[in-house]
Amino acid sequence: MESLHSQLGGLQYDDAPESAAIAKIQSDYGLFINGKFTSPKDHKSFFTTNPATEEKLAKISQADAKDVDAAVLAAKRAYEKVWSKTSGPERAKYLYRIARLIQERSRELAVTETLDNGKPIRETRDIDIPLAAAHFFYYAGWADKLSYAGFGPDPQPLGVAGQIIPWNFPLLMAAWKLAPALAAGNTCVLKPAETTPLTALLLAEILQQAELPDGVVNIITGDGSTGAALVDHPDVNKIAFTGSTGVGRLIQQRIAGSGKHLTLELGGKGANIVFEDAPLDEMVEGIIDGIFFNQGHVCCAGSRLLVQESIADDVLRRLMRRVEQLRVGDPMDKNTDVGAINSAEQLARISELTATGEQEGATRLTSTCVLPSKGYWFAPTVFTNVSQSHRIAREEIFGPVLSMLTFRTPEEAVQKANNTNYGLACGVWSEKGSRTLWVAERLRAGVIWANTYNKFDPTSPFGGVRESGFGREGGRQGLEAYLNV
Amino acid sequence: MSDNRLEVRKTYKLLVNGAFPRSESGRTYEVVDAEGKFIANVAQASRKDLREAVVAARAAQAKWWSQSAYNRGQVIYRLAEMAESRHNEIAEAVEICEGVKAKEARKSVSRGIDRMVWYAGWTDKIAQVFGGANPVAGPYFNFSLPVPSGVVAAIAHPTHSFEGLVDVTFGAIAAGNSVILLASTERPLPAALLGEMSAVSDFPGGVLNILTGRVEELAPVMASHEDIDGLDIGNVSSSEHVDLISSAAGSIKRVFEDSGIDEATAVRRMRTFIETSTVWHTKGQ
Amino acid sequence: MTSSALRLVTPDSTGIEIPARRNLPSFVTESGLRTELKKLSGVDAVGAEARVAKLGTRSLKKETKKSAIDLAISMVDLTTLEGADTAGRVASLCTKAMHPDSTNPLVPSVAAVCVYPDMVATARSVIGSGAVHVASVATAFPSGRASLAVKLLDTKEAVDAGADEIDMVIDRGAFLSGNLLKVYEEIVAVKDACGTAHLKVILETGELVTYDNVRRASWLAMLAGADFIKTSTGKVGVNATLPVALVMLEAVRDFAEEYGEVVGVKVAGGIRTTKDALKYLVVVNETVGSTWLDPDYFRFGASSLLNDLLLQRTKQQSGNYARPDRFSGD
Repeated sequence: MESLHSQLGGLQYDDAPESAAIAKIQSDYGLFINGKFTSPKDHKSFFTTNPATEEKLAKISQADAKDVDAAVLAAKRAYEKVWSKTSGPERAKYLYRIARLIQERSRELAVTETLDNGKPIRETRDIDIPLAAAHFFYYAGWADKLSYAGFGPDPQPLGVAGQIIPWNFPLLMAAWKLAPALAAGNTCVLKPAETTPLTALLLAEILQQAELPDGVVNIITGDGSTGAALVDHPDVNKIAFTGSTGVGRLIQQRIAGSGKHLTLELGGKGANIVFEDAPLDEMVEGIIDGIFFNQGHVCCAGSRLLVQESIADDVLRRLMRRVEQLRVGDPMDKNTDVGAINSAEQLARISELTATGEQEGATRLTSTCVLPSKGYWFAPTVFTNVSQSHRIAREEIFGPVLSMLTFRTPEEAVQKANNTNYGLACGVWSEKGSRTLWVAERLRAGVIWANTYNKFDPTSPFGGVRESGFGREGGRQGLEAYLNV
Repeated sequence: MSDNRLEVRKTYKLLVNGAFPRSESGRTYEVVDAEGKFIANVAQASRKDLREAVVAARAAQAKWWSQSAYNRGQVIYRLAEMAESRHNEIAEAVEICEGVKAKEARKSVSRGIDRMVWYAGWTDKIAQVFGGANPVAGPYFNFSLPVPSGVVAAIAHPTHSFEGLVDVTFGAIAAGNSVILLASTERPLPAALLGEMSAVSDFPGGVLNILTGRVEELAPVMASHEDIDGLDIGNVSSSEHVDLISSAAGSIKRVFEDSGIDEATAVRRMRTFIETSTVWHTKGQ
Repeated sequence: MTSSALRLVTPDSTGIEIPARRNLPSFVTESGLRTELKKLSGVDAVGAEARVAKLGTRSLKKETKKSAIDLAISMVDLTTLEGADTAGRVASLCTKAMHPDSTNPLVPSVAAVCVYPDMVATARSVIGSGAVHVASVATAFPSGRASLAVKLLDTKEAVDAGADEIDMVIDRGAFLSGNLLKVYEEIVAVKDACGTAHLKVILETGELVTYDNVRRASWLAMLAGADFIKTSTGKVGVNATLPVALVMLEAVRDFAEEYGEVVGVKVAGGIRTTKDALKYLVVVNETVGSTWLDPDYFRFGASSLLNDLLLQRTKQQSGNYARPDRFSGD
C-alpha cells in the first residue's frame, strides 16, 4: 500500500450562525440603581464593542463616585429596611425565580454574551449560561438553611457587598458573586467589566422581572475608577473581586485597616501534568480544553503543560494535530471552537508575551488557521523547548498560548508545577489513581482536576492559594465569604 | 539546697529550626520583671534571623503536613503534657513577667494548656469539619480538602505572656502550618519555655520557630517577606494594621486581625490559615 | 530564533499520516498478544463521552448536510436479520438497496445488503453483479457459540453462495476470560475461509462493556486481519454508541499509523435517524478524517435509518417535509 494522508475536517461545515437579532441590544444603557435604570443622559459614557467585528454594540454609562455613592446607599437602605428582614425561605424563592428566568432567557443571554465577549456561542449556550442559572439554583437552597452550613447556629450577613467581576465569564461571574451574597442575606453593588457589561445589564432586567426588592442588587458600569470608588466607599462591608493579581493586591492594600471583608480570585499559571500512563486521547482533549477553552481567557487555564519526557514527542504530535483542527473564527457560528480575543489591549498583551517567548529561545508552533480580517484574534499557539525561567512559563498570558515543559519523575512534576507564585488550578493525567492522589496532595492549588480540566459546578468550591487569592466561590465554602463568621 | 547558693541563670536564645541560636546580629535586650528588676538579657532577633526562620519553617512545613493528622495531634498533645509537667515553672515565669498573683498565673497557665489540648484534638477533625464531598452534576468524584496555607508568622500577645501565645501558635500549627512566633517583647520568658518544651516533644525542627525582639522591627519584615503565607497581627496595635496589611498584600497574604481568645475567634483564626483544595476525578468503567 | 512563527503543519497536511504498509509482527503466543495489547493507552470513559457529546453539537447546514446525507446513504449496510426473513423480503430489500428512492435516480445506492447466510443466494440473484455488496453474518451469529468447524462452514457457505463481505462475531467469552489467542486464531481462520471476501469483525461492544476492552478487542481484531471492525450484532441490549465508535476510530487511526493498514469501522444497531448518522460522520470527520469518509471504510449497519435519510434528503432538496409513505417500507 502506498503511504497516504487522511485529511481531518475534510467534511467542510457550512456556516451555522446563531441569530444576532435574538440579543435585542439597546442603543444605550443607564445604571441599575435601586431597582431602576438611570437615564443614560445623566452620565458620561463609553461604548462596548463586539471584539469579533470591532462594531459598537451599545453606549454604556460610566458610573462616577456620586453614582457609586447612590448605588451603595441604595444597597445599604435595602439591606437595613428590606433584605435583612426578608426570611431565608423568601430569599430562597427570589433566587429560584432568578434561576428560572435565566433559564427562560438563556438563548438571549448566550447570544448577548457572545456578541459582547467574543467567546463561541457553543460555550455561552452550553456552559456560561446554564452554569449561571445553576449557581442561583444551588444558592437558593442555602438561603433557608444557613444554620446548617457549619458556621454556627445563626450566621449573619455582612451587609453591603461590593463585587467587581472580570470580562472572561461576564454573566457567570455575576452569578458566582450575587447568588451566595443574596442567599446569605447581603445586598450587592456589582460592577461588571468595562468591555463586557451587557449580560449584567440584562440580568438587571431579569431581577426586575423577578421583582427582587429595589436596591438589593445594584449594577453599575464603568472602568477601573468606578471599581476604585466602590472599593473605597465607607458603607461597603465586603469586597469580592475577581481579576488580576496586580489589581487584587491594590485592593487588599486599599482596604487595609477598614475592617472590610475581602475575597480575591486572581490570576493563575496552571500546570497540566501528563504522565506516560495517561489516557492519551482524552488527555489531548483535556489539554485543548485546558488552554483553548474561552480563548485561554481563564484564570485557571492549564497554561503550562508538563509532560513526562518519555512520551513528550508523541503528545506533541497528537496535540498539534488537534490544535490544527480547532475551528477559529466567528463566535456566533455554532461550530466555532475558539472565538475572538476580548479586546485590543488583551491582544496586545498576548502578542507581547508570546514575542518574549521566541526572544527567550522557546520554539513557537502556531495553528495555520485563517484569522478574520476584522476583530481581535490570536491563533492557537504552543511553545516547546520552554524552560522554567522563561516569562511564558511564569507569567499569566490569559490567551490561547500553551507552554510545554517536560519532567522525569512525579517528584519533579510536582516541584515544577508548584514553582510559581500562583496556585489556582492544576491538572493530572494518569490511569494510576494512587499516583494521581499522591500528586494532588502535593500540588499547591485550590482546584485539581484529575483526568479532566476546566470543570465547574456550583457545589464545588473554586479559588486559589498564594497569589491566586483567597476565599472560595461555590459550595458550602462559598457562603463563608458572605457571612460574618 | 543552701539558700546562699549562687543561681545558675539561663541564657535566653531564639528557637530556629529546632536549634537555639543567639541572634546572628549579636544583639540582646534587657528584660525586667513587673517591678523593673533585671531578669535576663534576651536575644534580639534581626531581620536575618527572621529570614533563617522562614527558610526553616518552609522546609519543616512539608514534613509536618506529610505526617498523619493523628500523629500531629499526638505531637501537640505531647507538648501539652510537657507543659503540664512544667506547670509550676511556666506559672512562675508568668508571675514574674506579668506581675500577677501566683494563683492567677497558675490559672492562666492551666487555661493555656487546656487550649493546647483543644488544638491537639483539632488536627484530625479539620478535614471533616471544613472539607467534604461535593455533589457535582456530572460523572466526577469531587472532594474538598482543607490544606494549610504554609508558613504563618504570628505576633504574641504583649501582656498575656503564655495564654496569649497559645492561640496564635497552635491554631496555625494544628491546621498543618509551620509558625514563626514573635514572642511578647517585654514578657518573653514563657515563650522561651514553650520553645524548650517543643524541642523535646517530637515537633520536627522548624515547625515552631520562636523569635524574641521588637515588634516594630520584625512585624514589617514579616509582612513584606514573600515566602510567608499568613500573618497574624491581632496582637499588634491596630494603628499598625494599615501598613502591615498593605505590605502583606504584596504577596496576597492571609491576614488575621483579631485578638480574641474565645473559641469562635480561635476557629476563625484557624480557618484563615486553611485553604480549600478541591480535587475532581472522573468516574468511569 | 526566528522572529516569525514556526508553522508545524500546513493546512493540507492536517490529518493522519498513514505510512506504507509495514509487516505485522507475528503474535502467535498468548503472552505476545497480551504484551501488544498492554501498550495501548487506557480510555477515560468520562473524557470519551464528553468528547462525543461536544462533537454532537456540531451543526451541519445546507450543502454540508446534503452531501453528508448522500454519503451516509452510500454507507448503509441495509440489514435484515430476522428469523422471519423470507426470500421475498430479502429480494425487496435488495431492490431498495440498489435504488433507495425509485423516483429519484440521483439518490446513491447503499453499500451493501446484510443478511443471514441462507439468504445470500437470494440476495446475490437479485443484485447480480451490481455495485451493492452482499454481506452475510456468519460464525454462528449472533452469539458465536459454536465450534470453530461450524463457524468456518457457516462462513464458507456464505462465501460460496455469493457473499463478498462476511460479518463474523468474536468469541466474547474467550476475550473476557483472557483467552486472547483463541479469539485471535478464530479471526485468522475465518479470514482465511473468506478468501477474497472482506471480513468485518463484530466485537459486540455491549458485551465487552468497557472502552478499554473495546480498544483492546479492536486492536486484536486488526492484528488478526480484520478488514473492518464492527460494533455490534444489533441483538443485545447495548448496540453502537458514539463513544464506542470514537474509541474504535481512534484504534483504527493508531493502527494505520503504526502498521500502515487502513481498517474500516462499521457501527451497527440502534442508529435510526439522520441526526444520529450525521453525528457519527462528524466523529469520523474530526477523529480519522477523509480516508474513512468513504463506504470502503465506514458503514452503518441499519434498516430503518435509510428511510429517515431519504426523508431528510427530500427536505434538504425541496425545503418541504416529506411524508414517510413517500418511500417504500423495505
